[in-house]
Amino acid sequence: MSFINYASREINCKIVYYGPGLCGKTTNLQFVYQKTAPDAKGKMISLATETERTLFFDFLPLALGEIRGFKTRFHLYTVPGQVFYDASRKLILKGVDGVVFVADSQDERLDANIESMENLKVNLEEQGYDLEKIPFVIQYNKRDLPNVTSLEELRELLNPNNVPEYEACAMTGEGVFETLKAVAKLILVDLKKGGA
Amino acid sequence: MFASQSSFVMYDEEFKRINVAIEKLLRESNAKVIFLVDKNGQLISAVGETEHLDTTSLASLTAGNIAATGGLAKLIGEKEFSILFHEGEKDNLHISIVAGRVILVVIFDQRSSLGLVRLRVKKASDELGQIFKDLADKAESAEKGGGTQSPFAEITDDDIDNLFS
Repeated sequence: MSFINYASREINCKIVYYGPGLCGKTTNLQFVYQKTAPDAKGKMISLATETERTLFFDFLPLALGEIRGFKTRFHLYTVPGQVFYDASRKLILKGVDGVVFVADSQDERLDANIESMENLKVNLEEQGYDLEKIPFVIQYNKRDLPNVTSLEELRELLNPNNVPEYEACAMTGEGVFETLKAVAKLILVDLKKGGA
Repeated sequence: MFASQSSFVMYDEEFKRINVAIEKLLRESNAKVIFLVDKNGQLISAVGETEHLDTTSLASLTAGNIAATGGLAKLIGEKEFSILFHEGEKDNLHISIVAGRVILVVIFDQRSSLGLVRLRVKKASDELGQIFKDLADKAESAEKGGGTQSPFAEITDDDIDNLFS
């Protein structure tokens, strides 16, 4: 749910990065953080374990610029990917405006991707959202690794509705901004349609 | 409508009333900083010694904290825990839920006390609750009448593309 503030002329939107454990959600945010001008970003917060696994969420506030005199800000969140953190994932989806699903392209993670996608649908429904109706993009991450599932197969299993999809290598940053731009754009188009 | 669960809108008038209310609370409770956060982690307003404070991060973490505590409450059969208190060596945090949807955070040190803060927060909560009710009514009637246009209703694809250029 976006927050439109007429007093400070700001609009805030929430984007959540979802996906199985170790698929690269945090890496996506880290790359965005590194490559964004200091005046356009806030501090990145990572609530992680000692072994750098996300425990609750990562958070990165971004300012994109102005539209019609309104400052547009996007708050980027990641969920903890590991299966047993489901209660936390549900909390982070509250008030979401757009979702990025980060898939791990490696063959051995195919089942984990499918499970996580199902989990996303269920958790969104619990909050009253329909994945088919909210701004949603898919990123096929780790395309640089040798043992990857073919795009055709990933597409068939994860993207039956043909939402925008991007190949990526979050470590080097390939595809990271394309993904972010795509979801941000969908959110703004949605705002335009939906009105306030 | 499923798609865009209508936005949370803040108008000038209510924004001013909110600021008057929390500035009064700031004075009366001898607090250092007070801020209001929407349950989704969006900062609504902050008053007091905020210069050296990362209010955006504070807002997001506070909302996360309330969400996690709310999850705990449900697990033990409570609706929510409406007040949280964190005690530090110098500064303390008093977090409470106002009108079921907004989070009020008071940061205070030894110049104040938990008792005073609790008392004043309780009083201010009623006032803030009324403002947020007015705000909700206003948004609802605006939606019904279709009167106020979204500032985004008229944006073009070019406007959106320009953001990313």
